Amino acid sequence: MNIYSQISANKTKTWLIVILFVLFITTIIFVYGKASGYGLSYAGFGLIISGIIGFASYYYSDKMILGMSKAKQIAKKDNPTLFRIVENLCIGAGIPMPKIYIIDDSAPNAFATGRDPKHSVVCVTTGILEKLDKAELEGVIAHELSHVQNYDIRLMSIVVILVGLVALLADFFMRSLWYGGHRDRNDRGGNAQGIFLLIGIALAILSPIIATLIQLAVSRKREFLADASGALLTRYPEGLASALEKISKDKEPLEVANNATAHLYIANPFKDKISGNWFANLFNTHPPIAERIRILRSM
Amino acid sequence: MSPTFILIIAVVVIVLFVWTTYNSLATGKVRIKEALSGIDVQLKRRVDLVPNLIETVKGYSKHEKELLENVTKARASLMHATGTSEKAKSDDMLSNALKSLIAISESYPDLKASKNFLGLQEELSDIEAKIAYARQFYNSNVSNYNETLANFPGSAIGNMFGYRSEEFFEAKSSEREPVKVKF
Repeated sequence: MNIYSQISANKTKTWLIVILFVLFITTIIFVYGKASGYGLSYAGFGLIISGIIGFASYYYSDKMILGMSKAKQIAKKDNPTLFRIVENLCIGAGIPMPKIYIIDDSAPNAFATGRDPKHSVVCVTTGILEKLDKAELEGVIAHELSHVQNYDIRLMSIVVILVGLVALLADFFMRSLWYGGHRDRNDRGGNAQGIFLLIGIALAILSPIIATLIQLAVSRKREFLADASGALLTRYPEGLASALEKISKDKEPLEVANNATAHLYIANPFKDKISGNWFANLFNTHPPIAERIRILRSM
Repeated sequence: MSPTFILIIAVVVIVLFVWTTYNSLATGKVRIKEALSGIDVQLKRRVDLVPNLIETVKGYSKHEKELLENVTKARASLMHATGTSEKAKSDDMLSNALKSLIAISESYPDLKASKNFLGLQEELSDIEAKIAYARQFYNSNVSNYNETLANFPGSAIGNMFGYRSEEFFEAKSSEREPVKVKF
Protein backbone atom coordinates (compact mmCIF):
# COMPACT_ATOMS: atom_id res chain seq x y z
CA MET A 1 0.00 0.00 0.00
CA ASN A 2 1.42 3.41 -0.89
CA ILE A 3 0.49 6.81 0.50
CA TYR A 4 -1.77 7.82 -2.40
CA SER A 5 -3.98 4.74 -2.14
CA GLN A 6 -4.05 5.28 1.63
CA ILE A 7 -5.26 8.87 1.14
CA SER A 8 -8.06 7.96 -1.26
CA ALA A 9 -9.12 5.02 0.95
CA ASN A 10 -9.32 7.38 3.91
CA LYS A 11 -11.43 9.90 2.02
CA THR A 12 -13.86 7.20 0.88
CA LYS A 13 -14.12 5.77 4.37
CA THR A 14 -14.86 9.22 5.78
CA TRP A 15 -17.83 9.63 3.44
CA LEU A 16 -19.00 6.13 4.22
CA ILE A 17 -18.98 6.86 7.95
CA VAL A 18 -20.90 10.12 7.51
CA ILE A 19 -23.53 8.49 5.27
CA LEU A 20 -23.92 5.52 7.61
CA PHE A 21 -24.32 7.88 10.53
CA VAL A 22 -27.07 9.84 8.77
CA LEU A 23 -28.88 6.63 7.79
CA PHE A 24 -28.52 5.19 11.25
CA ILE A 25 -29.87 8.23 13.11
CA THR A 26 -32.69 8.68 10.60
CA THR A 27 -33.70 5.04 11.03
CA ILE A 28 -33.68 5.27 14.81
CA ILE A 29 -35.81 8.39 14.77
CA PHE A 30 -38.10 6.84 12.15
CA VAL A 31 -38.65 3.78 14.36
CA TYR A 32 -39.31 6.01 17.33
CA GLY A 33 -41.68 8.15 15.28
CA LYS A 34 -43.48 5.13 13.82
CA ALA A 35 -44.15 3.82 17.30
CA SER A 36 -45.59 7.16 18.36
CA GLY A 37 -47.56 7.42 15.15
CA TYR A 38 -45.70 10.17 13.25
CA GLY A 39 -43.50 7.94 11.05
CA LEU A 40 -42.33 9.92 8.04
CA SER A 41 -42.26 13.44 9.44
CA TYR A 42 -40.01 12.24 12.24
CA ALA A 43 -37.75 10.60 9.72
CA GLY A 44 -37.44 13.86 7.78
CA PHE A 45 -36.63 15.63 11.00
CA GLY A 46 -34.00 12.98 11.77
CA LEU A 47 -32.48 13.34 8.32
CA ILE A 48 -32.05 17.10 8.80
CA ILE A 49 -30.63 16.79 12.31
CA SER A 50 -28.18 14.03 11.47
CA GLY A 51 -27.23 15.82 8.26
CA ILE A 52 -26.35 18.93 10.24
CA ILE A 53 -24.39 16.92 12.79
CA GLY A 54 -22.51 15.12 10.03
CA PHE A 55 -21.69 18.39 8.29
CA ALA A 56 -20.64 20.06 11.54
CA SER A 57 -18.43 17.16 12.51
CA TYR A 58 -16.61 17.46 9.17
CA TYR A 59 -15.69 21.06 9.90
CA TYR A 60 -15.56 21.20 13.68
CA SER A 61 -14.54 17.75 14.93
CA ASP A 62 -10.98 18.99 15.50
CA LYS A 63 -12.17 21.89 17.65
CA MET A 64 -14.50 19.65 19.65
CA ILE A 65 -11.68 17.17 20.24
CA LEU A 66 -9.25 19.89 21.30
CA GLY A 67 -11.91 21.28 23.63
CA MET A 68 -12.59 17.83 25.11
CA SER A 69 -8.87 17.35 25.66
CA LYS A 70 -8.43 20.81 27.26
CA ALA A 71 -5.65 21.63 24.81
CA LYS A 72 -4.28 25.17 24.40
CA GLN A 73 -2.67 26.64 21.31
CA ILE A 74 0.90 27.92 21.65
CA ALA A 75 2.97 30.34 19.56
CA LYS A 76 6.55 29.97 18.37
CA LYS A 77 7.98 32.04 21.20
CA ASP A 78 6.48 29.70 23.81
CA ASN A 79 8.54 26.75 22.63
CA PRO A 80 10.96 27.52 19.76
CA THR A 81 12.59 24.08 19.88
CA LEU A 82 9.29 22.26 19.37
CA PHE A 83 8.34 24.67 16.58
CA ARG A 84 11.65 24.10 14.82
CA ILE A 85 11.22 20.35 14.94
CA VAL A 86 7.74 20.63 13.46
CA GLU A 87 8.86 23.16 10.81
CA ASN A 88 11.76 20.98 9.68
CA LEU A 89 9.69 17.83 9.42
CA CYS A 90 6.95 19.69 7.55
CA ILE A 91 9.53 20.82 5.00
CA GLY A 92 10.67 17.21 4.68
CA ALA A 93 7.12 15.94 4.22
CA GLY A 94 6.11 18.84 1.95
CA ILE A 95 3.05 19.81 4.01
CA PRO A 96 2.04 23.18 5.47
CA MET A 97 2.87 23.98 9.08
CA PRO A 98 0.10 22.74 11.43
CA LYS A 99 -1.09 24.60 14.50
CA ILE A 100 0.47 23.40 17.71
CA TYR A 101 -1.49 22.69 20.89
CA ILE A 102 -0.35 21.66 24.34
CA ILE A 103 -2.16 19.58 26.95
CA ASP A 104 -1.00 20.37 30.46
CA ASP A 105 -0.57 16.82 31.76
CA SER A 106 2.54 14.97 32.84
CA ALA A 107 1.51 11.74 31.07
CA PRO A 108 3.55 11.55 27.84
CA ASN A 109 1.31 11.34 24.77
CA ALA A 110 0.50 13.10 21.48
CA PHE A 111 -2.12 13.16 18.73
CA ALA A 112 -2.99 14.97 15.51
CA THR A 113 -6.38 16.15 14.29
CA GLY A 114 -7.95 18.36 11.61
CA ARG A 115 -9.66 17.80 8.29
CA ASP A 116 -6.75 18.07 5.83
CA PRO A 117 -3.07 19.06 5.86
CA LYS A 118 -4.03 22.73 5.45
CA HIS A 119 -6.25 22.62 8.55
CA SER A 120 -4.34 20.40 10.87
CA VAL A 121 -3.31 20.42 14.50
CA VAL A 122 -0.55 18.57 16.27
CA CYS A 123 -1.12 18.27 20.00
CA VAL A 124 1.41 17.13 22.59
CA THR A 125 1.34 16.87 26.37
CA THR A 126 3.76 18.78 28.57
CA GLY A 127 4.85 15.36 29.85
CA ILE A 128 6.12 14.25 26.46
CA LEU A 129 8.10 17.49 26.08
CA GLU A 130 9.77 16.92 29.43
CA LYS A 131 10.48 13.23 29.15
CA LEU A 132 11.73 12.82 25.57
CA ASP A 133 14.97 14.06 24.05
CA LYS A 134 15.09 15.82 20.68
CA ALA A 135 15.52 12.74 18.45
CA GLU A 136 12.67 10.96 20.23
CA LEU A 137 10.39 13.98 19.97
CA GLU A 138 11.25 14.20 16.27
CA GLY A 139 10.16 10.59 15.87
CA VAL A 140 6.83 11.26 17.59
CA ILE A 141 6.13 14.44 15.60
CA ALA A 142 7.03 12.65 12.34
CA HIS A 143 4.53 9.91 13.24
CA GLU A 144 1.82 12.53 13.83
CA LEU A 145 2.65 14.39 10.61
CA SER A 146 2.30 11.12 8.70
CA HIS A 147 -1.25 10.89 10.07
CA VAL A 148 -1.78 14.44 8.78
CA GLN A 149 -0.37 13.67 5.36
CA ASN A 150 -2.35 10.43 4.97
CA TYR A 151 -5.68 12.13 5.83
CA ASP A 152 -5.91 9.77 8.80
CA ILE A 153 -6.74 12.83 10.86
CA ARG A 154 -9.96 13.57 8.96
CA LEU A 155 -11.25 10.03 9.27
CA MET A 156 -10.20 9.55 12.87
CA SER A 157 -11.60 12.88 14.03
CA ILE A 158 -14.98 12.23 12.41
CA VAL A 159 -15.03 8.76 13.92
CA VAL A 160 -14.48 10.30 17.34
CA ILE A 161 -17.54 12.53 17.01
CA LEU A 162 -20.01 10.45 14.98
CA VAL A 163 -19.31 6.93 16.13
CA GLY A 164 -18.77 8.29 19.61
CA LEU A 165 -22.25 9.82 19.50
CA VAL A 166 -23.84 6.60 18.29
CA ALA A 167 -21.97 4.69 20.95
CA LEU A 168 -23.21 7.08 23.60
CA LEU A 169 -26.78 6.54 22.37
CA ALA A 170 -26.33 2.79 22.27
CA ASP A 171 -24.94 2.82 25.78
CA PHE A 172 -27.86 4.92 27.00
CA PHE A 173 -30.50 2.64 25.51
CA MET A 174 -28.71 -0.50 26.64
CA ARG A 175 -28.63 0.78 30.19
CA SER A 176 -32.26 1.84 30.19
CA LEU A 177 -33.11 -1.62 28.84
CA TRP A 178 -31.07 -3.31 31.52
CA TYR A 179 -32.32 -1.33 34.47
CA GLY A 180 -35.83 -1.12 33.03
CA GLY A 181 -36.08 -4.90 33.28
CA HIS A 182 -35.71 -4.83 37.03
CA ARG A 183 -38.41 -2.27 37.60
CA ASP A 184 -42.07 -2.76 37.86
CA ARG A 185 -43.38 -2.44 34.35
CA ASN A 186 -46.62 -0.80 35.43
CA ASP A 187 -44.72 2.22 36.73
CA ARG A 188 -44.17 3.68 33.31
CA GLY A 189 -46.39 3.88 30.28
CA GLY A 190 -46.28 0.51 28.54
CA ASN A 191 -45.90 2.18 25.13
CA ALA A 192 -42.72 4.11 25.89
CA GLN A 193 -41.26 1.00 27.50
CA GLY A 194 -41.97 -0.93 24.32
CA ILE A 195 -40.22 1.62 22.17
CA PHE A 196 -37.17 1.68 24.38
CA LEU A 197 -37.12 -2.08 24.30
CA LEU A 198 -37.33 -2.07 20.53
CA ILE A 199 -34.54 0.48 20.09
CA GLY A 200 -32.46 -1.27 22.70
CA ILE A 201 -32.74 -4.59 20.89
CA ALA A 202 -32.03 -2.92 17.56
CA LEU A 203 -28.90 -1.32 18.97
CA ALA A 204 -27.81 -4.56 20.59
CA ILE A 205 -28.02 -6.19 17.18
CA LEU A 206 -26.29 -3.22 15.59
CA SER A 207 -23.43 -2.95 18.03
CA PRO A 208 -21.31 -5.62 16.31
CA ILE A 209 -21.78 -3.58 13.15
CA ILE A 210 -20.62 -0.44 14.95
CA ALA A 211 -17.65 -2.38 16.25
CA THR A 212 -16.78 -3.50 12.74
CA LEU A 213 -17.05 0.08 11.55
CA ILE A 214 -14.59 1.22 14.17
CA GLN A 215 -12.23 -1.58 13.29
CA LEU A 216 -12.53 -0.55 9.66
CA ALA A 217 -11.72 3.04 10.46
CA VAL A 218 -9.15 2.61 13.17
CA SER A 219 -7.20 -0.29 11.82
CA ARG A 220 -3.97 -1.28 13.46
CA LYS A 221 -2.29 -1.05 10.10
CA ARG A 222 -2.75 2.71 10.23
CA GLU A 223 -0.40 3.01 13.21
CA PHE A 224 2.22 0.76 11.64
CA LEU A 225 2.02 2.76 8.43
CA ALA A 226 2.43 6.07 10.29
CA ASP A 227 5.41 4.60 12.18
CA ALA A 228 7.01 3.57 8.89
CA SER A 229 6.38 6.87 7.08
CA GLY A 230 7.58 8.72 10.16
CA ALA A 231 10.82 6.75 10.12
CA LEU A 232 11.15 7.44 6.43
CA LEU A 233 10.84 11.16 7.19
CA THR A 234 13.33 11.40 10.07
CA ARG A 235 15.64 8.73 8.62
CA TYR A 236 16.09 7.59 12.19
CA PRO A 237 13.66 4.82 13.30
CA GLU A 238 15.47 4.47 16.63
CA GLY A 239 14.14 7.90 17.71
CA LEU A 240 10.51 6.81 17.56
CA ALA A 241 11.34 3.34 18.90
CA SER A 242 12.97 4.70 22.04
CA ALA A 243 10.18 7.29 22.42
CA LEU A 244 7.58 4.51 22.34
CA GLU A 245 9.62 2.59 24.87
CA LYS A 246 9.67 5.55 27.25
CA ILE A 247 5.95 6.19 26.76
CA SER A 248 5.06 2.56 27.44
CA LYS A 249 7.21 2.46 30.58
CA ASP A 250 5.41 5.50 31.96
CA LYS A 251 2.46 4.21 33.97
CA GLU A 252 0.55 7.44 34.39
CA PRO A 253 -2.80 7.56 32.52
CA LEU A 254 -3.75 10.70 30.61
CA GLU A 255 -6.70 12.25 32.42
CA VAL A 256 -8.31 14.18 29.57
CA ALA A 257 -8.50 11.15 27.26
CA ASN A 258 -11.85 9.35 27.04
CA ASN A 259 -13.17 6.30 25.24
CA ALA A 260 -13.94 8.24 22.10
CA THR A 261 -10.62 10.06 21.78
CA ALA A 262 -8.35 7.25 23.01
CA HIS A 263 -7.61 5.88 19.55
CA LEU A 264 -6.29 9.23 18.34
CA TYR A 265 -3.25 9.11 20.60
CA ILE A 266 0.13 7.71 19.62
CA ALA A 267 -0.07 5.21 22.49
CA ASN A 268 -3.00 3.98 24.59
CA PRO A 269 -3.63 6.85 27.04
CA PHE A 270 -5.36 4.62 29.63
CA LYS A 271 -2.26 2.50 30.26
CA ASP A 272 -3.31 -0.40 32.49
CA LYS A 273 -6.44 1.23 33.76
CA ILE A 274 -9.42 -0.57 32.18
CA SER A 275 -12.62 1.43 32.22
CA GLY A 276 -15.71 -0.62 32.89
CA ASN A 277 -17.60 0.52 29.81
CA TRP A 278 -18.50 -2.32 27.42
CA PHE A 279 -17.70 0.04 24.63
CA ALA A 280 -14.17 0.88 25.77
CA ASN A 281 -12.59 -2.27 24.43
CA LEU A 282 -13.95 -1.64 20.95
CA PHE A 283 -11.95 1.55 20.79
CA ASN A 284 -8.85 0.02 22.24
CA THR A 285 -7.29 -0.68 18.88
CA HIS A 286 -3.72 0.27 19.67
CA PRO A 287 -1.33 -2.36 18.40
CA PRO A 288 1.05 -3.68 21.07
CA ILE A 289 3.89 -1.22 21.56
CA ALA A 290 6.45 -4.01 21.81
CA GLU A 291 5.57 -5.08 18.28
CA ARG A 292 5.83 -1.53 16.94
CA ILE A 293 9.25 -1.11 18.56
CA ARG A 294 10.41 -4.45 17.13
CA ILE A 295 9.40 -3.42 13.61
CA LEU A 296 11.04 0.00 13.95
CA ARG A 297 14.27 -1.55 15.18
CA SER A 298 14.36 -3.98 12.25
CA MET A 299 14.30 -1.16 9.65
CA MET B 1 -21.13 -6.14 -30.74
CA SER B 2 -20.10 -4.54 -33.93
CA PRO B 3 -16.39 -4.10 -34.75
CA THR B 4 -16.78 -0.30 -34.85
CA PHE B 5 -18.06 -0.33 -31.31
CA ILE B 6 -15.09 -2.39 -30.10
CA LEU B 7 -12.73 -0.07 -31.96
CA ILE B 8 -14.28 2.99 -30.29
CA ILE B 9 -13.90 1.43 -26.84
CA ALA B 10 -10.28 0.50 -27.57
CA VAL B 11 -9.51 4.07 -28.67
CA VAL B 12 -11.20 5.53 -25.57
CA VAL B 13 -9.21 3.21 -23.28
CA ILE B 14 -5.93 4.10 -24.94
CA VAL B 15 -6.66 7.83 -24.80
CA LEU B 16 -7.55 7.58 -21.10
CA PHE B 17 -4.35 5.65 -20.45
CA VAL B 18 -2.16 8.18 -22.23
CA TRP B 19 -4.01 11.02 -20.54
CA THR B 20 -3.51 9.72 -16.97
CA THR B 21 0.15 8.88 -17.53
CA TYR B 22 0.77 12.28 -19.08
CA ASN B 23 -0.95 13.89 -16.10
CA SER B 24 1.14 12.04 -13.56
CA LEU B 25 4.31 13.11 -15.36
CA ALA B 26 3.17 16.73 -15.53
CA THR B 27 2.18 16.72 -11.84
CA GLY B 28 5.51 15.15 -10.95
CA LYS B 29 7.33 17.91 -12.79
CA VAL B 30 5.34 20.62 -11.00
CA ARG B 31 6.01 18.99 -7.62
CA ILE B 32 9.74 18.89 -8.36
CA LYS B 33 9.69 22.57 -9.24
CA GLU B 34 7.87 23.42 -6.01
CA ALA B 35 10.27 21.33 -3.98
CA LEU B 36 13.23 23.05 -5.62
CA SER B 37 11.86 26.45 -4.70
CA GLY B 38 11.54 25.11 -1.15
CA ILE B 39 15.29 24.49 -1.18
CA ASP B 40 15.90 27.91 -2.71
CA VAL B 41 14.07 29.64 0.14
CA GLN B 42 16.42 28.07 2.68
CA LEU B 43 19.54 28.65 0.54
CA LYS B 44 18.60 32.31 0.32
CA ARG B 45 18.22 32.50 4.09
CA ARG B 46 21.74 31.16 4.45
CA VAL B 47 23.11 33.55 1.81
CA ASP B 48 21.50 36.46 3.68
CA LEU B 49 22.94 35.36 6.97
CA VAL B 50 26.55 35.17 5.80
CA PRO B 51 27.41 38.95 5.69
CA ASN B 52 26.15 39.30 9.25
CA LEU B 53 28.26 36.38 10.37
CA ILE B 54 31.34 37.72 8.63
CA GLU B 55 30.94 41.10 10.31
CA THR B 56 30.67 39.48 13.71
CA VAL B 57 33.72 37.28 13.21
CA LYS B 58 35.75 40.23 11.85
CA GLY B 59 35.12 42.17 15.03
CA TYR B 60 36.87 39.56 17.13
CA SER B 61 39.55 38.04 14.92
CA LYS B 62 42.15 39.89 12.88
CA HIS B 63 44.10 37.08 11.23
CA GLU B 64 41.45 34.99 9.46
CA LYS B 65 41.39 36.82 6.17
CA GLU B 66 41.68 33.74 4.01
CA LEU B 67 38.85 31.94 5.75
CA LEU B 68 36.54 34.92 5.41
CA GLU B 69 37.44 35.25 1.74
CA ASN B 70 36.59 31.61 1.17
CA VAL B 71 33.17 32.12 2.70
CA THR B 72 32.53 35.24 0.62
CA LYS B 73 33.59 33.45 -2.53
CA ALA B 74 31.41 30.44 -1.83
CA ARG B 75 28.49 32.73 -1.07
CA ALA B 76 28.91 34.59 -4.36
CA SER B 77 29.09 31.38 -6.34
CA LEU B 78 25.90 30.12 -4.66
CA MET B 79 24.13 33.39 -5.44
CA HIS B 80 24.91 33.08 -9.12
CA ALA B 81 24.43 29.33 -9.42
CA THR B 82 21.82 28.13 -11.86
CA GLY B 83 20.73 24.54 -12.34
CA THR B 84 20.37 21.88 -9.68
CA SER B 85 23.84 20.35 -9.77
CA GLU B 86 25.62 23.71 -9.78
CA LYS B 87 23.53 24.89 -6.83
CA ALA B 88 24.22 21.67 -4.95
CA LYS B 89 27.93 22.01 -5.58
CA SER B 90 28.25 25.62 -4.45
CA ASP B 91 26.00 24.96 -1.48
CA ASP B 92 28.38 22.21 -0.48
CA MET B 93 31.28 24.64 -0.81
CA LEU B 94 29.56 27.21 1.38
CA SER B 95 28.71 24.57 4.00
CA ASN B 96 32.34 23.55 4.29
CA ALA B 97 33.61 27.15 4.38
CA LEU B 98 31.11 28.00 7.12
CA LYS B 99 32.08 24.93 9.10
CA SER B 100 35.71 26.02 9.24
CA LEU B 101 34.61 29.56 10.08
CA ILE B 102 32.58 28.34 13.02
CA ALA B 103 35.48 26.13 14.08
CA ILE B 104 37.87 29.11 14.49
CA SER B 105 35.71 30.44 17.29
CA GLU B 106 37.45 27.82 19.42
CA SER B 107 40.58 29.97 19.37
CA TYR B 108 38.72 33.22 20.14
CA PRO B 109 37.00 32.91 23.53
CA ASP B 110 35.47 36.37 23.26
CA LEU B 111 33.87 35.50 19.93
CA LYS B 112 32.68 32.16 21.21
CA ALA B 113 30.98 33.81 24.17
CA SER B 114 29.43 36.65 22.19
CA LYS B 115 25.66 36.59 22.25
CA ASN B 116 25.44 37.74 18.67
CA PHE B 117 27.67 34.92 17.47
CA LEU B 118 25.76 32.32 19.45
CA GLY B 119 22.49 33.51 17.97
CA LEU B 120 23.89 33.39 14.43
CA GLN B 121 25.31 29.94 15.04
CA GLU B 122 21.96 28.68 16.22
CA GLU B 123 20.18 30.15 13.23
CA LEU B 124 22.77 28.68 10.92
CA SER B 125 22.27 25.18 12.27
CA ASP B 126 18.49 25.64 11.97
CA ILE B 127 18.87 26.61 8.31
CA GLU B 128 21.23 23.70 7.78
CA ALA B 129 18.63 21.26 9.12
CA LYS B 130 15.91 22.85 6.99
CA ILE B 131 18.05 22.61 3.85
CA ALA B 132 18.62 18.93 4.59
CA TYR B 133 14.86 18.32 4.90
CA ALA B 134 14.02 20.40 1.84
CA ARG B 135 16.57 18.41 -0.13
CA GLN B 136 15.15 15.14 1.15
CA PHE B 137 11.67 16.19 -0.03
CA TYR B 138 13.01 17.30 -3.40
CA ASN B 139 14.93 14.08 -3.93
CA SER B 140 11.97 11.87 -3.05
CA ASN B 141 9.88 13.77 -5.61
CA VAL B 142 12.58 13.38 -8.23
CA SER B 143 12.88 9.68 -7.50
CA ASN B 144 9.10 9.17 -7.89
CA TYR B 145 9.06 11.10 -11.15
CA ASN B 146 12.09 9.33 -12.56
CA GLU B 147 10.58 5.99 -11.68
CA THR B 148 7.39 6.78 -13.61
CA LEU B 149 9.51 7.92 -16.52
CA ALA B 150 11.70 4.82 -16.51
CA ASN B 151 8.87 2.27 -16.63
CA PHE B 152 6.31 1.60 -19.33
CA PRO B 153 3.99 3.37 -20.18
CA GLY B 154 5.68 6.44 -18.69
CA SER B 155 8.77 5.89 -20.81
CA ALA B 156 6.86 5.85 -24.10
CA ILE B 157 4.60 8.78 -23.23
CA GLY B 158 7.45 10.76 -21.69
CA ASN B 159 9.38 10.28 -24.90
CA MET B 160 6.43 11.41 -26.97
CA PHE B 161 6.03 14.67 -25.03
CA GLY B 162 9.71 15.35 -24.41
CA TYR B 163 9.93 14.61 -20.67
CA ARG B 164 13.47 14.02 -19.42
CA SER B 165 14.57 12.49 -16.12
CA GLU B 166 15.49 15.04 -13.43
CA GLU B 167 18.69 15.46 -11.43
CA PHE B 168 18.94 14.73 -7.71
CA PHE B 169 20.07 17.50 -5.38
CA GLU B 170 23.14 15.82 -3.95
CA ALA B 171 25.19 17.19 -1.11
CA LYS B 172 28.16 15.27 0.13
CA SER B 173 28.82 17.29 3.25
CA SER B 174 25.55 16.69 5.07
CA GLU B 175 23.98 13.62 3.55
CA ARG B 176 21.88 11.52 5.89
CA GLU B 177 21.65 7.78 5.46
CA PRO B 178 18.37 6.68 3.90
CA VAL B 179 16.27 4.15 5.80
CA LYS B 180 14.85 1.01 4.26
CA VAL B 181 11.15 0.84 5.00
CA LYS B 182 8.83 -1.99 4.09
CA PHE B 183 5.08 -1.48 4.08
